[in-house]
Amino acid sequence: MHEITLVANIIELAEKEARKAGVRSIRSIEIEIGKLSCIEKAAFDFAWMHGVKNTMLYGAERITHFIPGEAACKSCHEVFEVEELYEACPRCGDYFSEIVHGQELRVKSIRVEE
Amino acid sequence: MCVTCGCGTDDAHIVTENHHHHGHDHGHHHHHGEGQHSHSHQDTNGRLITLEKDILHENALLAARNRGYLDAKKIFAINMVSSPGSGKTMLLERTLTDLKNEMDFSVIEGDQNTSLDAERIRSTGTKAIQINTGKGCHLDAHMVLHAIQDLDPPDKSILFIENVGNLVCPSMFDLGENERVVIFSVTEGDDKPIKYPDMFHTSGVCVINKTDLLPYVPFNMETAIENAKKINPELTFFTTSCTTGDGLDKWYDWLRVKVFKPVTG
Repeated sequence: MHEITLVANIIELAEKEARKAGVRSIRSIEIEIGKLSCIEKAAFDFAWMHGVKNTMLYGAERITHFIPGEAACKSCHEVFEVEELYEACPRCGDYFSEIVHGQELRVKSIRVEE
Repeated sequence: MCVTCGCGTDDAHIVTENHHHHGHDHGHHHHHGEGQHSHSHQDTNGRLITLEKDILHENALLAARNRGYLDAKKIFAINMVSSPGSGKTMLLERTLTDLKNEMDFSVIEGDQNTSLDAERIRSTGTKAIQINTGKGCHLDAHMVLHAIQDLDPPDKSILFIENVGNLVCPSMFDLGENERVVIFSVTEGDDKPIKYPDMFHTSGVCVINKTDLLPYVPFNMETAIENAKKINPELTFFTTSCTTGDGLDKWYDWLRVKVFKPVTG
């Protein structure tokens, strides 16, 4: 249930920024989650539902972008889409690849009410 | 509020040898209720504040701080991760007992509850501190920061951090370690790496333990290593039995190289 920790971190980041800006409320929050990032969507939704209560994110719209996995082969430099961390390069068959996208865990922005 | 690092997401307890202290009970409170919908219908009202911040940003900062401290003191820190019951603590007991005349060690033990593992480590004569994460399923850099402060490991030593037995959550949390070692035992099956790829992806070393039980379980060593290499072709492997001592010599040689090597660079 590391999803609870992540939700707590998102709340902290968003509230800190909102307080710094001296705003009344947060209307929406935009986050990016990589599809290879070890986040179980159902667990994340559950953690969110319970976690945001009594915080500035309660009632705020959550806009979630799920970023597809992408790897670059270290042998032939082919860039290809992956759904798992262990996929062979479709061009040369090698497993030596680097994940370039899909591990994102980022708060992009918040939309606030002055 | 934690005065040392200013962060406040931790309700773990650090249990030192004689006393229980440092419960940061300033964590977040989770209440029940509904309150979000995750589909988008572009809201253009209000003011947009761009953050572009990593969700684990705070942890990354504290991990970097730990790493700097350890580097300056030439301490080689090893984050030991595995599922519960893979033999992490026994591997440590053997290592500490066999090498205690050659190098200095200290140990941070992470478990949800009890100080049993720290007591096992202390009985080898090694300084150890226990972190109880309570409901938490992993150690984070903040807990380790305070544990290091309490433990005060000696210069030019090896610091073992035995993470909570869990092959999923700890993979996301950098503690500031120099090396992450994933351990799994032959009783867990040779398909373990592909079942829990994240931990194998983020580790540099893989120890396959309890090899004395190979005659009794359907476990193919070649398949296991092949599976782990698919996820992380750069893994270094050790196969060990802490009961018979088989394979420990190679693990010890690896530690000997690490402790005498400058850790920065």
